[in-house]
Amino acid sequence: MVDGDTTLLRWIVLLPGLGAAVHGVMLGLLRREAPRWFVVAVSCGAVGVAFLLSCAALVQLLGRPEEGRLLLDEAYTWFGAGSFHAELAFQLDALSAVMTLVVTGVGFLIHVYSVGYMADDHRDDGGFQRFFCYLNLFTCAMLLLVLGDNLLVMFLGWEGVGLCSYLLIGFWYSDRWNAFCGSKAFIVNRIGDFGFLIGIFLLVWALRDAGVTSIAFREIEAGFGALADRTVALPGWLGFLPGAPEWRLATLVGLCLFLGACGKSAQIPLYTWLPDAMAGPTPVSALIHAATMVTAGVYMVCRLSFLYEAAPGAAATVAWTGGLTALFAATIAIAQTDIKKVLAYSTVSQLGYMFVAAGCGAYGAAIFHLGTHAFFKALLFLGSGAVILAMHHEQDTDKMGGLRRLAPRTHAVFLIAVLAIAGFPPLSGFFSKDEILLSAWTAEGVPGHRALWALGLGTAALTAFYMFRLHFRTFAGSLRAPREVREHVREPGSVVLVPLYVLAFFSIVAGFVGLPQVYGDLLGVSHSNSLANFLRPVLHEEHGHHVSHATEYGLAALAVVAALVGTLLAAWLYVWRPRLPARLRGALGGLFRLVRDKYYVDEAYDAAFVRPLVVTSDKVLFRVVDAGLIDGVAVNGTAHAVRGFASRALKYAHSGLTQGYLLVMLLGTLAVVGWLVR
Amino acid sequence: MVPLEHVIGLSVILFGIGVVGALTRRNLIVILMSIELMLNAVNLALVGFSRAWANVEGQIFVLMVITVAAAEVAVGLGIVIALFRNRESVNVEDVSLLRW
Repeated sequence: MVDGDTTLLRWIVLLPGLGAAVHGVMLGLLRREAPRWFVVAVSCGAVGVAFLLSCAALVQLLGRPEEGRLLLDEAYTWFGAGSFHAELAFQLDALSAVMTLVVTGVGFLIHVYSVGYMADDHRDDGGFQRFFCYLNLFTCAMLLLVLGDNLLVMFLGWEGVGLCSYLLIGFWYSDRWNAFCGSKAFIVNRIGDFGFLIGIFLLVWALRDAGVTSIAFREIEAGFGALADRTVALPGWLGFLPGAPEWRLATLVGLCLFLGACGKSAQIPLYTWLPDAMAGPTPVSALIHAATMVTAGVYMVCRLSFLYEAAPGAAATVAWTGGLTALFAATIAIAQTDIKKVLAYSTVSQLGYMFVAAGCGAYGAAIFHLGTHAFFKALLFLGSGAVILAMHHEQDTDKMGGLRRLAPRTHAVFLIAVLAIAGFPPLSGFFSKDEILLSAWTAEGVPGHRALWALGLGTAALTAFYMFRLHFRTFAGSLRAPREVREHVREPGSVVLVPLYVLAFFSIVAGFVGLPQVYGDLLGVSHSNSLANFLRPVLHEEHGHHVSHATEYGLAALAVVAALVGTLLAAWLYVWRPRLPARLRGALGGLFRLVRDKYYVDEAYDAAFVRPLVVTSDKVLFRVVDAGLIDGVAVNGTAHAVRGFASRALKYAHSGLTQGYLLVMLLGTLAVVGWLVR
Repeated sequence: MVPLEHVIGLSVILFGIGVVGALTRRNLIVILMSIELMLNAVNLALVGFSRAWANVEGQIFVLMVITVAAAEVAVGLGIVIALFRNRESVNVEDVSLLRW
């Protein structure tokens, strides 16, 4: 056993998988729903123990010297083809340790919350257990993704979480719209996965020439130096691209993989599925579509940081895509009234932030924001779930208001999350967002990095605005719901609220894990940014942060001012002058409708891609190819031909003379014997 | 000692008689008998070869064939009786229901 080997990691992945298997067998084979206490014990227990094991693994990891901080768990060789081989193996380094803790920790809280949220759900039989089965399966796949030590295991998890996302978005499948949203998420993700797969293939193909026969991340990294400057000829029809006809391999692979990240992490142009994914139950939105799965793209870019360091073009694309997505989604969020839609666009926007950091080479900042975002966005979603429960499944903020008095605890934790995401010090969002803005400010390698920083700053102001708009419209003022709802509004029970308190605590303090050194100096703490120090050996980060303390303070102050402006604007419009928004809507008619209807991107995609595809499939592929050629010619045509031939000619062989058959048999036997002795 | 050629010759003649009988006779019982004749012609050949090459396998085959032939006759005669009960005839030309 090599130093650093362990069998702990496989159990972290396996436990939630076993939980899902237990539920799946009971539902699928035994066809009987287990009692709820059993379902809760198995699913929450599996994820809870996985969390404890992750903590144990972290302790084990921290006990090792800094240069050898890697735990490895090789289960077996998955497959080998020639010299190429892929192991089913798990690795825990600083990066996957952070991700694993987020996935199992936040995941466990959301599991507990779901017990309360799904308790009164009687929409279909077995729904309670089915829900937890999918949730456990998701946790298993997500852990596979973050713990996998090679690209293939990662891809396995990547597809697994996509499947679970589909299953959970369409969880209430009796409503066709939910099923449609699930399919949309799945199909849009396939487009991204296509790019991801091409990236893997390219990498494997190129690595073989470099003598690397495995696709474990460490070995790719070791062999990548020889490949970094290799060029690949682009096919002729791509000749219009800059730099054609030859591209550097690193750039090409980086862009292909980033297309996968765009799909999974909902970036332009593939972000349209995430807002519709809100059709799923709210805990699902919190776990999958805010805290964990959608950050997989960021994790992947950080995991392959060596690749993006070698490909400045790809990194710049990542940064700019992220920056544009952040601003774009933030503007849409301003005009949404559905509480979950606002949060969904906010998630898209925050993911954009993470990609800005990753593209600017500040992978540590990206992971930092990933972690803090997981806490406060999960809190926001779970808080909105509590609001939705209180309002008896009403999601439209037009019908809310005044919930501060009716649901005071929900209001308090929601406010904490709003402050955190808006970036007010000293809450977690302030530190992580600042790190990102600073990285954009200093990223010399990215063209137009100051403009990118300005985009980020503008987004920060917008974020504060739409979050406080949401908060005021939900909790301030007076309730706008109809009377029969109004009389039954009540705050949910403690099973729902306790996870909120825990998340609120972390939303406040998580920022201090990655306290930038500039504040550390202020407090007299050396090496205050323990997260960055922890991650440094894994991430290939340029240490280009050579800015003076004064600049750092200035940038931070600007970000806080931006957040304040957004907050005050929201307060002015929605608290102090509540009649103004309606008048503003009237004055800005066209612009308002454009933003409210999400810039008609869905409609444009529909017209450009979906409709032609559906029409071609229906009119050509179905009617001509399937019904005409395959059914008409191949299947029925063969049958008709055989029937015609048999009824006209072949039937005369059936003479009814036994001895005629005997003669044919004899001749046949003779022919066979003659052929054998020839 | 009878030479192998003679044994094979007799076997071929018997087999030929069996084939002609099976193909030309109309009586189902005679056809069955002709088939029996063919089987025994084969038996004769097998025994002959077995002796010529001092190999006992041929004789084992013969026992097999006799067993199968017995079973075949039992089934065949059963069919003939069933046929006769239905048609009052054992002429194969009367049995032509399954023609076009």
